[in-house]
Amino acid sequence: MGGRLGFIAQRLVKAVFVILGIIVLNFLLIRLAPGDPALVLAGEAGAADPKFVDDLRREFGLDLPLWRQLLIYMQGILSFDLGFSYRQKQPILDLILARLPQTILLTGTALTFAIVVGVSLGAMAARHVGSWWDSAITTLALLVYAMPQFWLGLMLVLLFSVQLGWLPTFGMNTINSGFAGLEHALDVGRHLILPSLTLGLFFMAVYARLTRASMLEVADLDFVRTGRAKGLPEGRIQRRYILRNALLPVVTYAGLQAGYLVGGSILIETVFAWPGIGRLAFEAVLVRDYNLLLGIFIVASVLVIAFNLLTDILYTVVDPRIEMGT
Amino acid sequence: MASRRQVLGSAAGLLAGATLGLPRTARAQQKRGGVLTAILNPEPPLLVLGLNQQAPTQLVAGKIYQGLLRYDFDLKPLPSLAKSWTVSPDGLTYTFTLQDGVKWHDGAPFTADDVVFSCTKFLPEVHPRARASFDRCESITAPNASTVVFKLKDVFEPFLYAFLPAGAPMMPKHIYDGTDYRANPKNATPIGTGPFKFKEWVRGSHITLVRNDDYWKPGRPFLDGVTYRVIPDAAARALAIETGQVDLAQGNDVEAFDVQRLAALPHVELHKRGYETVAPISWIEINHRTAPFGDKRFRQAMMHAIDRDFIVKNIFFGLGRPASGPINTATRFHDAKAVKRYPYDLKKAEALLEEMGLKPGAGGIRARIKMMVLPYGEVWVRQAEYVKQALRRVGIDVTLESNDAGGWVKRIGDWDYETSFDFVSQFMDPAMGVARTYISSNIRKGVPFTNTMGYVNKRVDELFEQAPKQTDAAKAQAMYSELQAILTEEVPVVWLTELEFPVLINRKFRNVNIDANGPNSEFDEAHLA
Repeated sequence: MGGRLGFIAQRLVKAVFVILGIIVLNFLLIRLAPGDPALVLAGEAGAADPKFVDDLRREFGLDLPLWRQLLIYMQGILSFDLGFSYRQKQPILDLILARLPQTILLTGTALTFAIVVGVSLGAMAARHVGSWWDSAITTLALLVYAMPQFWLGLMLVLLFSVQLGWLPTFGMNTINSGFAGLEHALDVGRHLILPSLTLGLFFMAVYARLTRASMLEVADLDFVRTGRAKGLPEGRIQRRYILRNALLPVVTYAGLQAGYLVGGSILIETVFAWPGIGRLAFEAVLVRDYNLLLGIFIVASVLVIAFNLLTDILYTVVDPRIEMGT
Repeated sequence: MASRRQVLGSAAGLLAGATLGLPRTARAQQKRGGVLTAILNPEPPLLVLGLNQQAPTQLVAGKIYQGLLRYDFDLKPLPSLAKSWTVSPDGLTYTFTLQDGVKWHDGAPFTADDVVFSCTKFLPEVHPRARASFDRCESITAPNASTVVFKLKDVFEPFLYAFLPAGAPMMPKHIYDGTDYRANPKNATPIGTGPFKFKEWVRGSHITLVRNDDYWKPGRPFLDGVTYRVIPDAAARALAIETGQVDLAQGNDVEAFDVQRLAALPHVELHKRGYETVAPISWIEINHRTAPFGDKRFRQAMMHAIDRDFIVKNIFFGLGRPASGPINTATRFHDAKAVKRYPYDLKKAEALLEEMGLKPGAGGIRARIKMMVLPYGEVWVRQAEYVKQALRRVGIDVTLESNDAGGWVKRIGDWDYETSFDFVSQFMDPAMGVARTYISSNIRKGVPFTNTMGYVNKRVDELFEQAPKQTDAAKAQAMYSELQAILTEEVPVVWLTELEFPVLINRKFRNVNIDANGPNSEFDEAHLA
């Protein structure tokens, strides 16, 4: 177990440097884009004079030399202060924390759906390879994989909301409904179905194909033949011998995808007006809200690093043969 | 023209406290209750109208904050927080009498001190347009709690047009005096005098406003509240109107090609009025500093080569009017007879280019120019594509350049462009929103929405300077007519369209869109049908 702790400690030290690099790089990168938050505000007001623009720059600290701006920002980070949004006059951390749970709810639901349904379909196809089942599942996966997400989303909306009138077309809950407790949860659930389905179907296709291919590969290995020769029941061979060994690439992919948990999906959040962090980041770019954008990058990168670490640990659980190496 | 002033003043007296200024239907007994749900896009940065006047802020904050005056569709001033006003015969002293019993949303009384604070301290510090208005005042004083006197340094006839809610919103002195206005923590919970109070803002999702039970206008508002839903996707916004999930769409909420389809739905009503306070004109902005743009014949050729009717019909689907000159027909002092007309005429355009010595070269190309596309939505991309094709027909080859909003505003402000699409609001009077584009004293590098073309004409400067100082309306009109003649001869920018915006309202609501401020108004007369 000492090996495991040492491994984690070493990864954490590396993570600090990665995050530092991310901060400096992004700090400089987003300032390369033409225009600044003061000019964008002036442009939107449709009227401006030099005093207005200068006042805003001074207020935002944009009149200082770049290195001092970076230094001030870094000082803030050391005390876990991500600063203020130029535009929204709110602490960055509050803005991010207000949006993060919604994104995690959406992408978490979508990813769970994708993994459960995708892996099941993939396993079914692999077990009956070449059969009618296999063709149907493979075709479906290919079709969903190839469809543009925004189009799929609109089609689902047209069917379930406009034609059938079952589900709302946008938002996360019914405003002014007075719902509380279970009612509120059901209301959010109704709003969650279409966006998470749209997002999840694409990933479901990926997992189905990945699982099928991986299982077929494992099925050819010696230990499977040995198992069969021993006369083990087929169900047990499929689940314990093939599927479990085939899951490694699936775990790897899911670990990478967990980055989506925090990055959010700009597209789905936009089409369904879901109040998540993807839209927050997108809008921050357009209005040059440097602090907000940097804050989102930092939170996202911290969480991605955490997920990767978690994936590595999960490997050893799925496949005890893997040891924590450094 | 003293007579017009007296008319204005006495009309205001009559209107005071009475219901004469209200639409006819509002006098009957109205149903109370109902929540109007409207689209909000994009999400505003904050809701304090004194600090931010971009369109989505005005939409929501217009229910919370108020100005001294409102304006009807023909731009006649109406009472709002001021119940009446008089203008001295010399045109230098404006005296406003305030409504009785007005309270801020936190219960504190609204008095003349708040007006003085707003116009002398708060707004001049943070609001460029208000700063320009109140810099004209020698003094702004409150002789008693319900009277405010503005004394001007020089006559400025359009002064009464400075009091729109977005032009000069009244801000609470007891909350802001002595603080850093932009950093005041109370900015998160805006306090105004309007018919609706701020309740909740869930960022990325919605803003809810609820009825102000202590509103100063008796029996108003009728609605229980107004809810704004943030919907970033155009197709989703159209669907929300179609399915009745929201009751109001306006401005650019719905794509031009979708407007007629939605307006034909049985539960939807289309209004085209409600933007007279801004009355924007779209144009092709031209950087006169480089050849061939400094030659007016080139700009005149562009005017002749573009079919403005086509743009209105096929790009804006009938919303808007072809623009003929610098002053919108909805703005004061427009003169249809004074403007020089540029009918769609390829022959004339080619003749002008020929005269300049721009002969067709390889592929019939006479000149190659660059043009920046407006980064504010699909409709502007389609317009740019049309203009590119139209100019190609007379041998001008256009390279379209795309930027995002931040990049576009930077390049325009820094004069780093050849030509660009643009649209600019006029704010009711030429002195407010037209002069700034053409006067040479407003050539300021680094600042957008100034005279970024670098256009200089001494006579134009002089006329824009003198016209608002005329107390005689006929004299002012003569000057503005001369201005329109000069500018349409010189074509500093290529005017395209007087923009109109659709207001789509669910028929279960009445009296929603009742003045020149349209959907940005306070909605204190809106009610269920």
